[in-house]
Amino acid sequence: MEAAVGYVSGDADSLLMATELRLGLPGTDDQKPKTTFSPPATPRGKKRTADAFEDSAAAEAHKADDDVEAAPPVAKAQVVGWPPVRSYRKSCFQAAASKSKAHKKAEDASSNSNAPSAAATAAPASTNGGSFVKVSMDGAPYLRKIDMRMYKGYRELREALEAMFVCFSGADTAASNPCEYAITYEDKDGDLMLVGDVPFDMFSGTCKKLRIIKRSEATGLGSK
Amino acid sequence: MSTTAPTPHPCPIPQPLPPPPIPSHSSSSSSPASGMSEAAEEPDSPPTHMSEDSSSSGDRWTPDLRGGNGGGPRSAPPDQVLENVLESVLEFLTAARDRNAASLVCRSWYRAEAQTRRELFIGNCYAVSPGRAVERFGGVRSVVLKGKPRFADFSLVPEGWGAYVQPWVAAMGRAYPRLERICLKRMTVTDDDLALVAQSFPLFKELSLVCCDGFSTLGLAIIAERCRHLKVLELIENSVEDEEDALVDWISKFPVSNTSMESLMFDCVGVPFNFEALEALVARSPSLRRLRVNHHVSLEQLRRLMARAPQLTHLGTGSFRSDAPEGGGMSVSELVPSFAASRSIVCLSGFREVNPEYLPAIYPVCGNLTSLNFSFASLNADDLIPVIRQCHKLQTFWVLDTVGDEGLRAVAETCSDLRELRVFPLDATEDSDGSVSDVGLQAISEGCRKLEYILYFCQRMTNTAVIAMSKNCPDLVVFRLCIMGRRRPDRITGEPMDEGFGSIVMNCKKLTRLSVSGLLTDKAFTYIGKYGKLIKTLSLAFSGDSDLSLQYLFEGCTRLQKLEVRDSPFSDKGLLSGLDSFYNMRFLWMNSCSLTTRGCREVAQRMPNLVVEVIREQDEMETENVDKVYLYRSLAGARSDKPKFVKVL
Repeated sequence: MEAAVGYVSGDADSLLMATELRLGLPGTDDQKPKTTFSPPATPRGKKRTADAFEDSAAAEAHKADDDVEAAPPVAKAQVVGWPPVRSYRKSCFQAAASKSKAHKKAEDASSNSNAPSAAATAAPASTNGGSFVKVSMDGAPYLRKIDMRMYKGYRELREALEAMFVCFSGADTAASNPCEYAITYEDKDGDLMLVGDVPFDMFSGTCKKLRIIKRSEATGLGSK
Repeated sequence: MSTTAPTPHPCPIPQPLPPPPIPSHSSSSSSPASGMSEAAEEPDSPPTHMSEDSSSSGDRWTPDLRGGNGGGPRSAPPDQVLENVLESVLEFLTAARDRNAASLVCRSWYRAEAQTRRELFIGNCYAVSPGRAVERFGGVRSVVLKGKPRFADFSLVPEGWGAYVQPWVAAMGRAYPRLERICLKRMTVTDDDLALVAQSFPLFKELSLVCCDGFSTLGLAIIAERCRHLKVLELIENSVEDEEDALVDWISKFPVSNTSMESLMFDCVGVPFNFEALEALVARSPSLRRLRVNHHVSLEQLRRLMARAPQLTHLGTGSFRSDAPEGGGMSVSELVPSFAASRSIVCLSGFREVNPEYLPAIYPVCGNLTSLNFSFASLNADDLIPVIRQCHKLQTFWVLDTVGDEGLRAVAETCSDLRELRVFPLDATEDSDGSVSDVGLQAISEGCRKLEYILYFCQRMTNTAVIAMSKNCPDLVVFRLCIMGRRRPDRITGEPMDEGFGSIVMNCKKLTRLSVSGLLTDKAFTYIGKYGKLIKTLSLAFSGDSDLSLQYLFEGCTRLQKLEVRDSPFSDKGLLSGLDSFYNMRFLWMNSCSLTTRGCREVAQRMPNLVVEVIREQDEMETENVDKVYLYRSLAGARSDKPKFVKVL
């Protein structure tokens, strides 16, 4: 994680605004629609060791309270622990839903239902209990987390990430210029890969961590 | 649902009184020593006679009544006789509330009560030290301990926060050799702790773990093997940590002779287990009445179990799916006899991977069911309604919102005796479609007039429906409405939900627990403060406009014990308006409001018997803003086991 020191060069005001806690009814707070993030004390939810009953939906999303009004209407970021359903219950549905999907597919197939493949085509999140990945951005003082299952494709993902990190672009890029940054990810083997090469499903299954880096540092990673 | 037993009041002490007893200090009269009986939080949570003890009764009064004979020189025998008489009388008091009151009368009563209290209820394991608790109460046979704040269930409390049972087991192991029962909720229980339990309590009979974590099948094996008198092993919604390749065959470890098992519930132990061993165990447990298995049990296996235990009253059915490949499994009619033979079943649950085709098999028992839990079964209204229509005697119903408004209408038409309804969301996200709405709520209110407990997740709600429920169901004790979209207004009028919740507190005079949601202004809290005089537990999320809300609450809700707040626009000012209430409360939790370290510190400084914990995330930078604060009264002071991310002010 980047040290806060490197961030000082950014615009002081937008920094301050970025860290200001703003709470209130929707629509009442609209001065700086972009700076709608809670202070660094962002609830991150707990991180438990990988466990069949763990995480799923509630666990690791972050809070973006004013997402409703401010951000582009992309997949709305989830809030930790809301709605208040116990993680135990949520995780039971992950397991049950994928298993019953597998069974359904098996039953629907006329004969020789191939259960393993049916299970594989069911929600990929079932195999891996957690679908939340950390997203870091060079220059940002804190990380975020997103739920990979919220996105059906690369475009949606990119848009969501842009919305999330827009406040960290700093003043030197007037409006946040998405082309400035490349999105990379760390896969199962720990290698840093450029996002976009493989089919989205495959990507979301193997992605462990996302990193948004300045394009200038992305040389050698891709042809874009 | 008060659990105060109708006991005769102890007769006043007869005439030959020794010198007047030392009166207790009046400061404790308004303290939580008037610990209220608390209804069990879930029907599945075991001890139905779990009553609340506030062992942290003396906020300012530190009794120095250990040992000693109180008062001046007196001959021992009359005093001793008195105490013996008193003890025999106090044995009849079971409710903690009565016992707490009795203990405050005088030293003599304090001692007698302390020796005769059989069940110890500690609502917050950090409110008192284990040593102090065992020192006061010498003859305890049953202990109920609660640990983490409830919001830990929703991942708001980081891993490693605390609530370790170890020091309690250690202290009790030394002090209570005759201990028979332990119930823990939201505590961390390791396999070593379970081993210590098995080792320390030769007469141990009942273990109940709810929402705990830290143990595995190894710990269960130890309990099964060494607790020879075990009657009850109830594991409910725990996070059982097992590596798939390091499983222990714990079911095989029960005694090989007939066991005294009455209740075995392990649906949350999600790993496979030795089914043959379970079948054999059931066969040699003649007293078994409650059995809840995990989802690794197929219908074929369930049938075998039911054959072995036709006397069951509570059955958790496992997956409720055939394990045979398509077309090969048994038919519904083959399953029906099993249920027809089980004449005693009154409570059904499980259905974890239910195949709806098999549902009709349960029809034979539906007419007797008082409790039905479909909340892990993804069934739609078409599957559910035929079942519901058979359950005339249903009192408790847990279901997913896939039941729809239509299904709820069927419930309303059939289950006139319903006391408790919980509707959970299949898709617990804010933007999900949500199949139940104000329509369903209204229907329920019209058909189920005896309703006492409702938990309802929905996406759309109206004030009208909530008001209707407040008028139709005056017996409501618990009203938890979760409109999943944050700050969502009345779907028809667009107005805040103030009036709806207002009418609930106004009309439901027995209400002790309330959870609010939807768009709420300060007005809602004026109502709650004005009318919610019996409210003990209150949960707020994304509600209110200003600190006035908190002020109204603290001023008005005189019986408030537990307050949980998240994501609401309350600042230090609101927090400080509660200073006069905090000693009367078990705890206050606030996260993602506008609190600062300065405000929290001020609370800590002005309230010496309050522990104020500021909780930060692992990689969070320390700033003046406080995201999570958990404060609670305590006789034990700042705890010694706090992790790095907790700061006690």
